Amino acid sequence: MNLWKSSIRIVIKVDRMKSSFFLLCLIIALNFSYAQNRTLEVCAKDCEFTSIQQAVDQAKAGDSIFIKKGVYKEHDIFINRKSLHLYGEKGSIIDIDHKGYGIKVEANDFSITDLTIKNVEVSYTSDYAAIYLFKCDNFKLKNITLKKAFFGFLIEKSSKGIIEENDISGIGQSEASSGNAIHLWNSKELEVRDNDVYNMRDGIYIEFGSNNVFENNTSHDNMRYGLHFMFSDDNRYSYNTFQNNSAGVAVMFSKRIQMNNNVFKKNWGTASYGLLLKEISDGEIYHNTFENNTTGITADGSTRINYYENDFINNGYAVKFIGGSYKNKFYKNNFLYNNFDLSYSGRLNNNSFDTNYWSDYTGYDLDNDNYGDVPYRPVKLFSYLVNETPESIILLRSLFVDIINFSEKVTPVFTPKNLTDQQPLMSEVQW
Amino acid sequence: MLKILKYSFFDLIRSRWSYVYFLFYLLLSSVLLFLNNDLSNAIITLLNVVIVLVPLIGTIFGVMYYYDSQEFTELLLAQPIKRKSIFLGQYLGVATSLSLSVLLGLGIPFALYGLFQSNVIFDFLILIVVAVFLSFIFSALAFNIALTNTNKIKGFGYAILVWLFLAVIYDGAFLIALIYFQEYPLDQFTLVATLFNPIDLSRILILLKLDISALLGYTGAIFKDFFGTIAGSLVSLGVLAVWVVLPLWRMLHVAKKKDF
Amino acid sequence: MVEFKDIQKKFGKNDVLTGINLKIQDGKTTAILGPNGSGKTTLIKILLGMCHSNKGDILVGNSTTKNNWSYRKNIDYLPQIANFPGNIKVKEIIAMIKDLRHQKTRDEELITYFELKPYLDTKLSHLSGGYKQKVNLVLSLMFDSPFVILDEPTSGLDPLSLIKLKDLLKKEQDNGKTILITSHIMSFVEEISDHISFILDGKVYFDGSIDELKSTTQETDFEYAIANLLKNDHA
Repeated sequence: MNLWKSSIRIVIKVDRMKSSFFLLCLIIALNFSYAQNRTLEVCAKDCEFTSIQQAVDQAKAGDSIFIKKGVYKEHDIFINRKSLHLYGEKGSIIDIDHKGYGIKVEANDFSITDLTIKNVEVSYTSDYAAIYLFKCDNFKLKNITLKKAFFGFLIEKSSKGIIEENDISGIGQSEASSGNAIHLWNSKELEVRDNDVYNMRDGIYIEFGSNNVFENNTSHDNMRYGLHFMFSDDNRYSYNTFQNNSAGVAVMFSKRIQMNNNVFKKNWGTASYGLLLKEISDGEIYHNTFENNTTGITADGSTRINYYENDFINNGYAVKFIGGSYKNKFYKNNFLYNNFDLSYSGRLNNNSFDTNYWSDYTGYDLDNDNYGDVPYRPVKLFSYLVNETPESIILLRSLFVDIINFSEKVTPVFTPKNLTDQQPLMSEVQW
Repeated sequence: MLKILKYSFFDLIRSRWSYVYFLFYLLLSSVLLFLNNDLSNAIITLLNVVIVLVPLIGTIFGVMYYYDSQEFTELLLAQPIKRKSIFLGQYLGVATSLSLSVLLGLGIPFALYGLFQSNVIFDFLILIVVAVFLSFIFSALAFNIALTNTNKIKGFGYAILVWLFLAVIYDGAFLIALIYFQEYPLDQFTLVATLFNPIDLSRILILLKLDISALLGYTGAIFKDFFGTIAGSLVSLGVLAVWVVLPLWRMLHVAKKKDF
Repeated sequence: MVEFKDIQKKFGKNDVLTGINLKIQDGKTTAILGPNGSGKTTLIKILLGMCHSNKGDILVGNSTTKNNWSYRKNIDYLPQIANFPGNIKVKEIIAMIKDLRHQKTRDEELITYFELKPYLDTKLSHLSGGYKQKVNLVLSLMFDSPFVILDEPTSGLDPLSLIKLKDLLKKEQDNGKTILITSHIMSFVEEISDHISFILDGKVYFDGSIDELKSTTQETDFEYAIANLLKNDHA
C-alpha cells in the first residue's frame, strides 16, 4: 500500500508535466507486474521444485527462484530469454560434477546471487564456465562463490552488467588446463568490483571490450595475469590489488586505459612483473603502488602515457623500457630502494623522467628549492651492461659492479647522456 | 698439532683484533636487523659485506699473525714437534678464530631476533657456511704468501693484491670476456668462471637461495639448474674445499722445505 | 755421539758451509768458534732441523736427522736471540713449552736458581734483555736432556748471572752431559770447553782440545791463539 501512496504522490508532483500521463501508466504497469511476480522455491524435499532447471522452465519473466540450502547436482542449466532472479542462501551449492557448464544465460534484466557453484568441467577444446552469459544486458552477478572453476564467468557480447563480491578460485596446475576467473569478450559498460579471484589462469580477462570499470578487486596467485586487457580501449581499473601472480596486469594492444590507485605486489619470479604494457597508448598511470615485484613496469611499445605519483618500492627493476616507446612522462613518482630504478634499451624518444624522487640520489640542494642541483641518472652502468649482455647479471652484488657503478656515476661514459632527471626531488612525494 | 692449535687459538681469542672483528659483525648485524626489521633483507646486505670483508680480513689477519708469531714459531721449531703440526696448528688456529668471530658476531643478533623460528634459517646457514669457507680459504692463501715472503711489506702487498684480484679484478676480466664474446653461447663459460673464483662462487651460492635470484633471469635459471641439484651442491662445496686444500697443501710443502 | 758429514749450505749465491765434517763426543763440552757470519748458528740450526742442508748428513746417535723429529726429544736448545711472543707471561710460556714437550722438567729448580720467581707474572715484552736470556735458559735447560746446545748463552747476562751459568754448566758436565756451545766470550769458552772446533770459510779449520790449539799456534793465551788462527789465515 505504501508503494501505491508514494506512486500517487509522485504522479501528483509530475502532474503538470507534459509526460505525466505516460509516467503514470509506466508506474502502474511496473507495480502491477511486480504484484504478479512469484518466487519459486527449489529444495531437495517438500518444495515445489527439486531441480533448478525445472523451476527455470516453469518460471515466468520477472519471477524469482529461491534455491534453498542443499547440493544440486545439475549442469547446463539454461535460462533462455527470461528475466529471472536466481538466488540462494548459505549452503546453496550447484555441483556440476565435471559435466560441462553450470548456468548458461541468454537474457536481459536478470540476476544471479548468493550461490556456490563448483566442479566445472576441464576441457582443452571448450571453454566450460560456471556461469556463461551470451548477449545479456542489465544483469547482476553477486556474491557467488565458484570453486574448482575451469572458467568462472564467461561473458560474451553483453553490456551494462554488474559483477560484484564474487569469490572465484580454481585448482589449475598449468596455463593450458586452467581458464580465467572472469572472462569478458566483446562486452561493454560492465562494472566488475569487489571480487576475489585466485588460482586461475588469468584473474580477469577482457578482449574487445570498452567502457568497463574494474574496481576494488583482489586478484592473486594466478598462473598468468591478475588482469589482462587485449584489444580493449577506454577502460579503467582502480583500487585493485594484484598480488603474487606471474604478472600483475598485462595491458596489450589497447588505448586510453586509466590505471589508478592499484597495488601491484609480490609478483615475483624469473619472468614476472607488476604491470606489462605492450603496444598501448594514451593511458594514465597514477597513485599506484608497485612493491616487491621482479619488475615493476615493463613498457614495450607504449606511447604517450603519463606516470605520476606512483610508488615503486623494493622492486628488482622499478621500470623497464624495452623499446619502441615514445613520449612517456614520468613525474612526481617515488623510486624507493629498487635494485635498479630503470633499465632502458634504445633511444630516449622524448620520454622524460624529470621531477621524481629517487632514494638512490645522493645530490644536494643548495638553493633549497627542493630540487637537487645535480641531475640524477636512473640507469646504472650495470643495468646498461646487463641489457647489452644478459649473462653479466651473474655479477650482481659483486664489489666490482659497485665500483663501476660508482665510477660511471662520477663520470658517465656508457649510459645514455640525456637519460637524466634534471630536477630530482629532495623529498618523497606525498599523494 | 691440537696443542699448537689450542695455543694459537687462545692467543688470538685474547687479542684485540679478534674482538674488534667480532664486535664489528655484532654491531653490523644488530644495526641491520634493527633498521631493516627483516631477516631476509638483512641477509642480502650481509652477503655484500661478507663476500668482501671476510676474504680481506682473512688475508690481512693471516699474514699479520704469521709475521707476528714468527719468533714463537722458531721457538717451536727447535722443540721435538713435527713441522707439519706447527704450521697446520697455527693455520687452523687463525682460521677457526676468524670463523668463530663471524659465526658469533652474526649469529648472536640473528638468534636473538628469532632466527630459529623463521624460514630464512637455511639462507642464514648458507651465509655462515660460506663465511667459514672464505675464512679458511683466505687464511690459507695468507699463510702461503707469508711463508714465501720474508719481507713483511712485500707480504702485505701480495696479500692485498691477491684479495684485490679475487674480489675485483677477476670480475672485471670476467665481465670484459662476457661482453667481448657476447655473440657466443656463454652459459658454460659463466658457470665455469664462477666456479673458479671462491668469492664469486660464494656470492652465487647465497644469491640463488634468496628471492633476489629472480633478477638473475635466464642465466640464473641455468645456475639454479646446476646448483639446485645434489651434484651441483656437491661440486660447489667440493670446489670450495679444493680452494682450502690446495693452498694448504702448498703451505705445508713450502714450510717443510723452508729454512728458518 | 753426533756426527756431521760433509754438510754444505748455500743461502742464495752465498756459500755458508762448504763441507763440515765434525764429530761431537759424548760427555764432552765442545765449543764451535769462528768469526761473525762463519755459519755457526746455521750449523746448529741444521742439526736441529730448522734449516736444511744442501748436501751432507747428520747422525745423532745412529739415526739421521733428515725427515725426523723425534731425536729432538733428547736435545735442549738455547736459541741465540731470545725472541718470544710479547703478550704472554713468563709462567705461561714455561707452562706452554712443558705442555708441548710433555717431558719431565726441573723448571722450579731453575727458576729459583736464576731468581725468576718475582717475574713469573710479568709479560715477556716487559722484561729486560738479561731477564729474557734467563727465561731462555730456563726454557732450554729445564728438560734435563743429555745433549745441550747453547747458542751465545752469555749474551745480556750480568757478571753474577754469568758465574751462576758457569756453575750450572759445570754441574751439568759433572752429570756427564754433552754440551755444544758457541760464544764470543773467549774466557768463558776457555773455562767451560774441553774441545774447540774452529770454523772458517765454511770448513772446520781447527778441531782439537784447548791444549792442542795452544801448541799448534804456539800461543800461551787462549784468546791470542784464536786470533792467531785468524791472522795466519789472512796472511
